[in-house]
Amino acid sequence: MSHTFTLDGKTIPFAEGQTILQAADAAGVFIPHLCYHPDFKPHGSCKLCTVKVNGRQTASCTMRALPGMVVESETEELNDERRALTQMLFVEGNHFCPSCETSGNCRLQATAYHLGMMSPHFDHFFPSRAVDASHPDVLLDFNRCILCSLCVRASRDVDGKNVFALSGRGIKTHLIVNAKSGRLADTNFTLADKAAQVCPVGVILPKRHGFAVPIGERKYDKAPISETTEGR
Amino acid sequence: MGSFREVEVALNEMHAEAVAGIVDRVATRHRRDPTCMLQILREVQEACDWLPPEAIDRLQVVLGVPRTKIEGVAGFYAFLYTQPRGKYRILFSDNVTDRMQGSVALMERLCSSLWVEPGKVSEDGLLSVDITSCTGMCDQGPGLLVNNYAIPRLTAGLVDEIAELIRNKVPLAEWPADYFRVDDNVRRADVLLAAQMAPGDALRAARARAPSDGLMASNMRSWREGLPSGLGGPIAMLDDMKRANLRGRGGAGFMTGIKWEACRNAPLKPGQERFVVCNADEGEPGTFKDRVLLTSHADLVFEGMTAAAYAIGARRGFLYLRGEYRYLLEPLTAVLERRRREKVLGNDILGLPGADFDIEIHLGAGAYVCGEESALIESLEGKRGTPRNRPPFPVTNGYLDQPTIVNNVETFAAAALVALNGGEWYASIGTKHSAGTKLLSVSGDCERPGIYEYPFGVSIRQVLADCGARDTQAVQVSGPSGVCVAPAEFDRVIGFEDIPTAGAFTIFDNSRDMFEVARNYVHFFQHESCGFCTPCRVGTSLLKNLMDKLHNGVGSPYDFAEIEKLNQLLQAMSHCGLGHTACNPVLDTIARFRPAYEQRMTQQDFTPAFDLDRALAEARQMTGRDDAGAHLSSKHGGAA
Repeated sequence: MSHTFTLDGKTIPFAEGQTILQAADAAGVFIPHLCYHPDFKPHGSCKLCTVKVNGRQTASCTMRALPGMVVESETEELNDERRALTQMLFVEGNHFCPSCETSGNCRLQATAYHLGMMSPHFDHFFPSRAVDASHPDVLLDFNRCILCSLCVRASRDVDGKNVFALSGRGIKTHLIVNAKSGRLADTNFTLADKAAQVCPVGVILPKRHGFAVPIGERKYDKAPISETTEGR
Repeated sequence: MGSFREVEVALNEMHAEAVAGIVDRVATRHRRDPTCMLQILREVQEACDWLPPEAIDRLQVVLGVPRTKIEGVAGFYAFLYTQPRGKYRILFSDNVTDRMQGSVALMERLCSSLWVEPGKVSEDGLLSVDITSCTGMCDQGPGLLVNNYAIPRLTAGLVDEIAELIRNKVPLAEWPADYFRVDDNVRRADVLLAAQMAPGDALRAARARAPSDGLMASNMRSWREGLPSGLGGPIAMLDDMKRANLRGRGGAGFMTGIKWEACRNAPLKPGQERFVVCNADEGEPGTFKDRVLLTSHADLVFEGMTAAAYAIGARRGFLYLRGEYRYLLEPLTAVLERRRREKVLGNDILGLPGADFDIEIHLGAGAYVCGEESALIESLEGKRGTPRNRPPFPVTNGYLDQPTIVNNVETFAAAALVALNGGEWYASIGTKHSAGTKLLSVSGDCERPGIYEYPFGVSIRQVLADCGARDTQAVQVSGPSGVCVAPAEFDRVIGFEDIPTAGAFTIFDNSRDMFEVARNYVHFFQHESCGFCTPCRVGTSLLKNLMDKLHNGVGSPYDFAEIEKLNQLLQAMSHCGLGHTACNPVLDTIARFRPAYEQRMTQQDFTPAFDLDRALAEARQMTGRDDAGAHLSSKHGGAA
């Protein structure tokens, strides 16, 4: 049995238990998001996917669709707010797109393009975050972490390893790895882990694979994020 | 040959063994249950002064959980330390009332007396001094915590004595007991604070009012199995709660009877049960009425929890006590123990076979956000205190995913009165939409700060007159997440139909700078943001930076507009109430005390917050210089 709700006036069918974002995704309608990934339980933390449901704002990745809901997404107000959130993520970390291996494949960067972000707007925080190059095959560059916790969920729920977790609180929230030394080399992490494949930005990088695909020919160079299906 | 290295290794092993022994002892007491992680970490720290890596090594083994999970929890709570913080860990309460009472100067005095920098550990590793969010001693401040034990009524003399005790390494247990005396300061008592009730009276009254078909057997069955439609007593109790029109006293004002009924009617999966949780995480700056209830009326609170268990069919309850009230743990444990002996708690309550309900106390560890009910439940489960996605709500999916009611301390105390005297009696007090009485925690600029209990409907003006407030400029009702009220509104009343409140009533006279009040509150929210969602995590920091920028004299109308934009974003996009209300103090003070902000906009055009001369402060400190040559002459605004 199928129900429907409307998203920006368009009728969207959904199955029982689906969230607004899942239903929109299935119907080919893009709602910006960073911490959501179809393979994992929704987290609801980045708030990029916020929509207006019957006049109230809520994260569409965690809100179950209900019959007859009236949902707004592509409004100027919401996109302004999403852009501000994206800018917040940029100034919170250290993001230097031109020298970043993930440039062109980065969901944060692609989302910024999608939302027409022209500058970081806010004052940069310039946090001091160490890089972990201890692992033979993987580099961890925490400067780019947006705390989406996809690697946490992947390692815990798929790999069964709990290699990653969030620690700290507030603006000091940060990613930690499962070792007394705090170094990735002292964990059982491998490149074959699901957690190695889900980072939406450039934190978890395979070593010795620098710029194999030139910038300009990468995923989001070819098509804007709203028109791609990978990683959704 | 026995080298230094070998001695060092041997010493480390001894240390690791000792730590492992402590961890084993604590973990065993908690049945090696990972849901008790926060309690275990807190107790290990009480024994070790911090959480050394060896303790986490051992916990990994005895609890069977990954290290990341332990470190994630330890890193979340402000009172847990994964780095040494000294044998004496001093935290000055940094509520705006503490500041008004001189806390800043007192902290400087202690720091210079003991040669320690705020926020750092002393060179000899003996102590650390820092600030913490409101410790709930606003009516007898300024206050501090030493190793989580509260000392109110600080003076310069007392600070000097404390410095001397620390210098002489006098163990905390040998410090004068009078330092730690906390007064109730009840200034006005009404039906709740004046209630004369022997333990068990309310439970007996509730049972006596049950209709005659509510025979003992059906009550017991209902209690034991939590049947959604049990006859008699429990349903009669629920009906009384609904008739009482009692609304939650934590501030949100949800109908308590409806919450209880929803929990009672929530389906149970096999092996599940229902839970009663008392929210004593009284973290809203300026609120301290739960402290007084738990100090002098704990029976009322526990009786209310037991009545709730009776109504919803629960066998287990928790009191989640904020870490700042650590000193109440032993007295409250003793009250629970006495109630068990008196047969009003534990097994076969009132001598009814199968009528079982017991209460455990869990302590928080310095996290305001855990006052949000779903974050509180996460914390009860031994996790980071991150608010959950809602729905589902705790009444169906609460503690360990089972039906749970979470109510404020004062709500349970009021529920005990409802059980004792019936719902109609309770509903006759107060106003139509706000039944009963409300405890106000009055502090700030007044002659008689303390606890005032009024029937709902009392005006701000009346409270101000009663507590001896003069030249009042503003009242912050319900703390920073509440509303700021100016003199023109002093005829407004306390009640859900006008100004709802969790109880804080902070008074500012004409000598206070309302911009600085708002700035203190913004710092509070920034410190307490859990960091889960982007808007609150980053937004509260941006807001803090902007308020500091105005404070530093480089604010312009541009920054003012930025503040208003951030306010909007926080309200619209945040995950929980903390983010939604984080901008309230700024919005309210802008609306009512705009000149206090305009005074701060000293620049016409945008001026960077970055100040070259201030950035050199660290270099000046390192070189011990403060002469003209160590400063840049040019100031902001272009003048050389």
